Amino acid sequence: MPKRVGMEVSIGASEAVRLANVDAIAAYPITPQTHIVEHLSEFVANGELDAEFIPVESEHSAMSVCCGTSAAGARTFTCTSSQGLALMSEIVFIASAMQLPIVMILANRSLSGPLSIWNDHTDVMLVRDCGWIQAFGENGQEIFDLTLCAFKIAEDHRVLLPFMVNMDGFILSHVIEPIEILDQETVDSFLPVYNPLYRLDPDNPVTMGAFAMPDLYTETKKAQDERLKASLPVIEEIWEEYGKLTGRTYHPVETYKAEGAKTLFVTMGSFGETASTAVDAMREDGEPVGLCKIRLWRPFPFQAFHEAVKGVETLIVIDRATSYGGPGGPVAAEIRSALYTLDTPPKVVDFIAGLAGRDVAPGDYKAMYHRAQEKIASGDIAGYEIYGVRD
Amino acid sequence: MEKLNVYAVRLLPKYEAIAPGHRACQGCAEVLAVRLVGKALGRNTVVACATGCMEIISSPLPTTSWRVPWIHVAFENAAAVASGVEAGLKVLMRKGRIPKKKINILAMGGDGGTADIGLQALSGALERGHNFTYVCYDNEAYMNTGIQRSSSTPFGAATTTSPAGKVKPGQVTWKKNMPEIAVAHNIPYVATACPSYPFDLMEKVKRAAETEGPAYVHVFSVCPTGWRLTPDLAVRAGRLAVETGIFPLYEVVEGKYKLSVEIPKLRPVEDYLKIQGRFRHLTPDLIDKIQERINKDYNKLLAKIRFSEEMS
Repeated sequence: MPKRVGMEVSIGASEAVRLANVDAIAAYPITPQTHIVEHLSEFVANGELDAEFIPVESEHSAMSVCCGTSAAGARTFTCTSSQGLALMSEIVFIASAMQLPIVMILANRSLSGPLSIWNDHTDVMLVRDCGWIQAFGENGQEIFDLTLCAFKIAEDHRVLLPFMVNMDGFILSHVIEPIEILDQETVDSFLPVYNPLYRLDPDNPVTMGAFAMPDLYTETKKAQDERLKASLPVIEEIWEEYGKLTGRTYHPVETYKAEGAKTLFVTMGSFGETASTAVDAMREDGEPVGLCKIRLWRPFPFQAFHEAVKGVETLIVIDRATSYGGPGGPVAAEIRSALYTLDTPPKVVDFIAGLAGRDVAPGDYKAMYHRAQEKIASGDIAGYEIYGVRD
Repeated sequence: MEKLNVYAVRLLPKYEAIAPGHRACQGCAEVLAVRLVGKALGRNTVVACATGCMEIISSPLPTTSWRVPWIHVAFENAAAVASGVEAGLKVLMRKGRIPKKKINILAMGGDGGTADIGLQALSGALERGHNFTYVCYDNEAYMNTGIQRSSSTPFGAATTTSPAGKVKPGQVTWKKNMPEIAVAHNIPYVATACPSYPFDLMEKVKRAAETEGPAYVHVFSVCPTGWRLTPDLAVRAGRLAVETGIFPLYEVVEGKYKLSVEIPKLRPVEDYLKIQGRFRHLTPDLIDKIQERINKDYNKLLAKIRFSEEMS
């Protein structure tokens, strides 16, 4: 029987990669991703994981090597953060266009400048439109579960897309949490050996990464968009299957105390836990608030989101990245767009908070709730407010 | 394949890794070199190709010229992609998921993709010791984007970003010595080659592929379009580059230098320069300056060869 063991979330994530029996790992060290690649290289060094560990000279090469191993037919994993993602971003976009089912954990960290190693979502928003499946985990267990599921989803022949598991840097990567680690037999029954549809094989030569002239480029992009959208039911199916196996079922959008709520906080990633605590306290005070957690960022689960916010008057979005001079944080901008077709959409108040590891405590949610009431009363809810700026 | 210093068509393998019908310019010596490399390696080969002329002429969707498995990801990462292919095939063979057999891993790029933007990825791959062959097809500028200068463009050459003007004589820097950078990685095999010496090129590529560990072959690839010479002179220009000593053919096996084509007396470099439009603006004093530099570099190479002979 699996049991819950206290461990650093990075170790839990590494355990998921080991249990997935990956064939190849290429990575370059960057804080706060380092503990994952350290543990994985230890597994390889001790013979606990039979994989090629390729210690590359940059993140750009990390993703390039991953394209090579994946195209060769190997189950492939990498892990990065912030500047590393920025450096590899050129190849991140190509990996999805080439349908290479690479799995990456992104230990979310702010982008320079100024330099900061701490947590927010500015890195992932840089590659929002890279064509990868992008999901967020809220705690250590979720990171473990989502990583295991990521391989099965990415490698499914109906999907064949790379998968990015977002794990808040430090807030998750460096904390010790109780995590239930599955045994190898259970994992093997869930996750079969990778069976590539195409691979670089001299007996069956294929050309990968051909270029497109204007007469075909649009068609390739349409196909890519269709493929990413079509992954949604497969993601739900595989999360369901995993739920039957473990009792933990994940959904593209999840709610907490949403019943009877007039206002929902909207979060992604580890903020969901603090927000739940804040909602508990505010409910005790009689405030009709709840929580909506977006787990799946791409493909965006429009239908599930509409259902989750049905009948709600106000959404308070906590964005963890800025779109300078733009319409709001990327999550709020997305949500406003998603609500546009509804006849009576809820009001959206956008706060940008928790940049570069700035703490957002339960009391801050309460403060944002009251600030949102003020904004609504004044009739000015356009744009966004950067919360908690020191005078 | 031991003593193939005499041209004989029947001794060439019939196999073509790159099919006819590609879109290279008339007289392109680079695609000629690619063809010879393909013949030398045979069908058990996987190619990782950098963005550039050879990628653009061979892979417009939905067609391909490649009869071997071929992958293109981006401009600066052919060596990294090849590292991944090598590691991926190795682990799958070790785990018994694909049959165990010798598969040649070839990474290829132009001089820009190798000596400039791809240098870091190449250095990393050479240092990590992947079992692969990197072939740089050096046509001495960014030809695919329209003849812009690279670090591999020779002194005095006019390109679109190093034009010969009233105060500047074209490229004002000396060609980066990429083979020496490869040698500095202490890899087991480095060679220079030129399709004007087809059997020498093929032998070297075969030797590179047979080498356990990383191998680097730097192929001088005459570009009639970019060098402003008529297509019928492409092969001739390659021979002149070797005969004038501006591009000597040599091998460095386990650190030991060996000249591949002995030139008892170097021809004056002017013979090579004067047939190319990119050098047409050069004045006698600049030609002398280039000649001096060639003499110096060639003697440096001969000294390394003598030293290697003395050491063995």
